[in-house]
Amino acid sequence: MAQLWELSLIMIQITALIIPVLLTVALMTVAERKIIGKMQLRQGPNRVGLNGWLQPIADVLKLIMKEAVLPSSASKGLFIVAPLLSIMPALAAWAVLPVAEGWVIADVNAGLLYVLAMASLGVYGVIVAGWASNSKYALLGAMRAGAQVVSYEIAMGFALVGVLMAAGSLNISAIVEAQAGPIWNWFWLPLLPLFLVYWISGVAETNRLPFDVAEGESEIVAGFHVEYSGIAFAIFFLAEYANMVLISGLAAIMFLGGWYSPVHGLPLIGPALAWVPGVIWFGLKTSFFLFCYIWFRGTFPRYRYDQIMRLGWKVLIPVTVVWLIVESVFVITGFGPWF
Amino acid sequence: MPSDLDLPTDGEWRMVESYLPVLVFIVMALGLGVLLMALGFILAPRNPDDEKLSPYECGFEAFEDSRMQFDVRYYLVAILFIIFDLEIAFLFPWAIVLEQIGLFGFGSMAVFVGLLLVGFLYEWKKGALEWE
Repeated sequence: MAQLWELSLIMIQITALIIPVLLTVALMTVAERKIIGKMQLRQGPNRVGLNGWLQPIADVLKLIMKEAVLPSSASKGLFIVAPLLSIMPALAAWAVLPVAEGWVIADVNAGLLYVLAMASLGVYGVIVAGWASNSKYALLGAMRAGAQVVSYEIAMGFALVGVLMAAGSLNISAIVEAQAGPIWNWFWLPLLPLFLVYWISGVAETNRLPFDVAEGESEIVAGFHVEYSGIAFAIFFLAEYANMVLISGLAAIMFLGGWYSPVHGLPLIGPALAWVPGVIWFGLKTSFFLFCYIWFRGTFPRYRYDQIMRLGWKVLIPVTVVWLIVESVFVITGFGPWF
Repeated sequence: MPSDLDLPTDGEWRMVESYLPVLVFIVMALGLGVLLMALGFILAPRNPDDEKLSPYECGFEAFEDSRMQFDVRYYLVAILFIIFDLEIAFLFPWAIVLEQIGLFGFGSMAVFVGLLLVGFLYEWKKGALEWE
């Protein structure tokens, strides 16, 4: 009985986390269209509901009601499993992310390792979808997306090793606590090169512009999910945006001090803003990164595939390796105010 | 009949227990996907025909088997990825205790990473990272 109660408590907590995440995803889709619209001097969606803000609900309802085609030549089992494989890690990684002090579903010791594992699992959804579709565009898109994602995952992993070194713990709450203090105490400043590498890799990991050759509308139509329609497509769409929210949330936690306010610990102004709950700061920081995603999409031209691979292997990985060596020397010698 | 030694200690149990929410979360995330899929398959119409079910190729009939040959460089990237990802897995515990293990730890990791970097440079000079 006690176990049952504990289990249902966990499930309630998880629901209380998943629903805001999904709402963020929904808002992100409509915010993206509106902001891109404004950037291109258009209106963007403004018909459904209050000034267009209910558009994502309408989209989901429409996609649920549409036929999900199961291509005759596809490997049926894998074809159906692939969307699940891509949505699961995008949501499950949230299990260890603290949204505010103590507000974490599972405060495990190997939190960061788990997040990295979940981020790596995402590529299976892409590869399985591309292979199971048995279509040339899907296969090409999946190969490209797979190679791109694994390449940038290395740079991202190295950047996170730098964060570990500075924080001295794999526990994500401990990583945030290591950044306690005002804005210049957060890891973005001492680890600036790693922060930039992490963020660029994050954009590339989610296959977003300017690194979206995996979808490349003008050459391979939609990439790995070209054969998907109806709800199966909706799940891929959901997973892509959930991944963006995840990468942004991780960036806020790893480099922008998670739930701490930018004036934390300062005299006068620090206590004056202490009433703002940590989850608000976390939300604001995450929203900033989400806005960056849209901003990049609105302003940058698409990279060529060879340029993407060159940036990943020949620029980002050497930069992170060098910075890791520099940082480990700092840590050992106890150099500077941060390490 | 297991001896006392085989049973996990209290602390170990608590560590394993702290992962229970993670497991529940994974199951629930999968469940959400399954639920959405099921909803779609129940609510959506299904009237397939031959043309609709054929693989998409810009309106042409599919030319040949789509599981065609692809560039060997994708394999190279995958192999390099495995090596580097393993290296990151080694770096994780090292990075945490770096302050305690000090110069000796730094030196041994420098040798290890150095060897890997030599391989990486070789790969680079051989042109395995070129995509044109």
